[in-house]
Amino acid sequence: MTTFIFRRLLSSIPVGVAVVVICFTLIRLAPGSPFSSERALDPATKQMLESKYRLTGSIPTQLFCYLSQIAKGDLGESLKYRGRSVVEIIGQSLPRSILLGSISFLISIGLGIPLGAWSAARNQDRAGSILNGLAILSLSIPTFILAPTSVLFFSFYFHLFPPAGWGEPSQLVLPAVALALPFVGVCARLVRSGLLGTLGSDFIRTGRSKGLSETKLVLLHALRPAILPLISYAGPLAAGILTGSLLIEETFAIPGVGQFFVSGVINRDVFLVSGVVLVYCAFLLFFNLVADWLTALLDPRIRLDS
Amino acid sequence: MNFCRGIPGLTGLLLSSLFLGGCTARPRADLIICNGAEPQTLDPALVSGQLEGRLCSALLEGLLRRDARGKPVPGTAEKWTTSPDGKVYTFTLHPNLRWSNGDPFTSSDYRWSWLRALHPSTASPYSEIFYFIRGAESYHSGKSPAELVGIETPDERTLVVHLDHPTPFFPALTAFTTYLPGHQGTVEKFKDGWVRPENWVGNGPYLLLDWKINDRVSLKKNSLYHTPGRVQIDRIDALAVNRASTAFNLYSSGLADVLLDKGMIPSLILPELRGRLDFHPGPLLATYFYRFNVTRPPFNDVRVRRAFALAIDKEVITERITRGNEPVAQSLTPRGVADYLPPEGLPPDPETARGLLKSAGFPDGHGFPRISLLYNKSELNEQIAVEIQAQWKRVLGVEVELRNQEWATYLRSLDTLDFDIARSSWVGDYDDPNTFLDCFVTDRGNNRTGWSNPEYDLLLTNAKAEPNPARRLQLLQKAETLLVTEAFPIIPIYHFVGCLMFDPNKWGGLYPNLIDEHPFSEITKRTP
Repeated sequence: MTTFIFRRLLSSIPVGVAVVVICFTLIRLAPGSPFSSERALDPATKQMLESKYRLTGSIPTQLFCYLSQIAKGDLGESLKYRGRSVVEIIGQSLPRSILLGSISFLISIGLGIPLGAWSAARNQDRAGSILNGLAILSLSIPTFILAPTSVLFFSFYFHLFPPAGWGEPSQLVLPAVALALPFVGVCARLVRSGLLGTLGSDFIRTGRSKGLSETKLVLLHALRPAILPLISYAGPLAAGILTGSLLIEETFAIPGVGQFFVSGVINRDVFLVSGVVLVYCAFLLFFNLVADWLTALLDPRIRLDS
Repeated sequence: MNFCRGIPGLTGLLLSSLFLGGCTARPRADLIICNGAEPQTLDPALVSGQLEGRLCSALLEGLLRRDARGKPVPGTAEKWTTSPDGKVYTFTLHPNLRWSNGDPFTSSDYRWSWLRALHPSTASPYSEIFYFIRGAESYHSGKSPAELVGIETPDERTLVVHLDHPTPFFPALTAFTTYLPGHQGTVEKFKDGWVRPENWVGNGPYLLLDWKINDRVSLKKNSLYHTPGRVQIDRIDALAVNRASTAFNLYSSGLADVLLDKGMIPSLILPELRGRLDFHPGPLLATYFYRFNVTRPPFNDVRVRRAFALAIDKEVITERITRGNEPVAQSLTPRGVADYLPPEGLPPDPETARGLLKSAGFPDGHGFPRISLLYNKSELNEQIAVEIQAQWKRVLGVEVELRNQEWATYLRSLDTLDFDIARSSWVGDYDDPNTFLDCFVTDRGNNRTGWSNPEYDLLLTNAKAEPNPARRLQLLQKAETLLVTEAFPIIPIYHFVGCLMFDPNKWGGLYPNLIDEHPFSEITKRTP
């Protein structure tokens, strides 16, 4: 296990470097300057800023400067939010995205697994079809419709939750549900298809012939192997959901990190974008590691160290 | 069982996030304002946007400040005098002014702050707003030392400013964000970090209590402000909200008290809001216009530019697309600037437009090269572009391709003149036509058309040197007439309107005004 984690950590270093190199190069190659605005900046000031942020010279030179800076643990300063370090921006906004994303992740998994399991167990009757239909419905409604509609109904018609804002637990309900709902459907569908395959297996048939109840069969024997595709999916899902969503954050005025993905690219804020992408990459690597570890725990055929 | 081992870890993550995320209820501020996007900075020397300017005006005070109706009134300056030639202004500060940390506030603070904003290493985006001061431009470009800049401080309460030319709007200009002061000791100690709440030292009506990224800037009343009795609201939260629908939802549900500009109101519902008691529209010192690239055919021919300008029916755009009661623009400078009457401009004239195009060698658009209309990605820009494209096709018979670019690429295309026609807008910095007309002087960074006209340049130069205010405005009007009725490097389309939303039964001290200034310190809470 330790060897496995050590190996994965080692292999994540070149991945991180590659991600930064690609991200930095693409943003610097894109037309437009981070210092442009509708009011033209005089060339001397622009040159001063480029030199201050070490964005002069060829792209490889700039990249080398940036990588050396990262090696010293400094992700640089935002080019748009003057005087703010990238670490400070991410440090303030990421925990908010993590909080919202964790709740959404738990809702996705917590609702998706029982919904999928139930619809698979009741595959032959109407209840199973209804549950399956609900799962398909939840993943079919795009977030840009779900989010404003939920505000309309639950904030303005029923006055149950505030429409936006940050600071009170009640303000988390609508964004967390709106963020989670499409993933509930995906999780339910994954569990359902996994279970339907497993429920036809020989060992389940054996259990059934020995007189085990259907509930025991599903929960104690079938669910464990059936959940493996969900775990593989949950790694990238967790990375995506915890690092924020532009649409949800803007619609519900959540001061998270998701907005910086897009605004950073629009503003050519190369250090901010690279920093945010690096964090996303770290989350992705970490949750994939967790997913692999969980898979090994649930499936005795898999050995992490081999 | 093994699966359950992961749960404590996940719970720990959740709990730590709850702790780090700071999702705890806090007392509501006395006034909550939706201020627009996240402020880029609160350093007045670096600010270039209006939303940052609003916050800076609450935190710092200039020689003059703006009142609730946008008029310049004395700020830290008790009085000022002008020399007979209009080139020297002497400001006398209120006695016993203090910074929020108790340090005495003196005229040297302005001198130091203005020189800092002018210093090349500060890289201020608005340094040219000091160019009215003698020697400022030369100092900014590194050609002369600070001692030659025309700012003197004979004593702690007196600031003498020497200008290159008579500039009647100079006192009002000192209320502009870039002219606001910074505390020298704090700026030098903390560098860029001086604008953080824990380091903040200001001289304005409010103090910086908190600044949460992408969330809110919290302000509290400054007890050391020279007239604290003028300020009624104790605590203000200025929310960072990017989306108009979100801002409007916050306002509608009572989570915000004031929406400060039209960008915070979804344009689709604007017609429905008209007539509501809490909807307060008003004119704005800003113009939406199209630029021609006059450096290449076919728009190097003034007849073609004129034809394109006369072929547009602007009323269709304001009535069917913008729908906010925007006035149609026949000039670049909106009406309402003190004592200035912009030129009448030319009404749409399809017949003349067709004739001009014919005389330029393109009868009914035959043989006209394929050209493009550039705009930055936005629904409104696209709708306007589509309408104007159709009008040009209908009236002139020319095909215009629409070219949509995202913001940074669009700006680069403007800077490098990589366009035929481009959408643009300009917001006046101060209440004078010069803020608009100066853009089109030869080789100005904001010209972005390649247009150069010696007569226009001379009129602007003469206007700058003219000591008589009425004659000065006549010269500016003549220049603008040349710009929008003869040379046509631009086509003004419409003037923007500003909109405020607040309940007048609850809040006072807020008035729509031309320069869209709504000082927080002027806002009052009405007692029921």
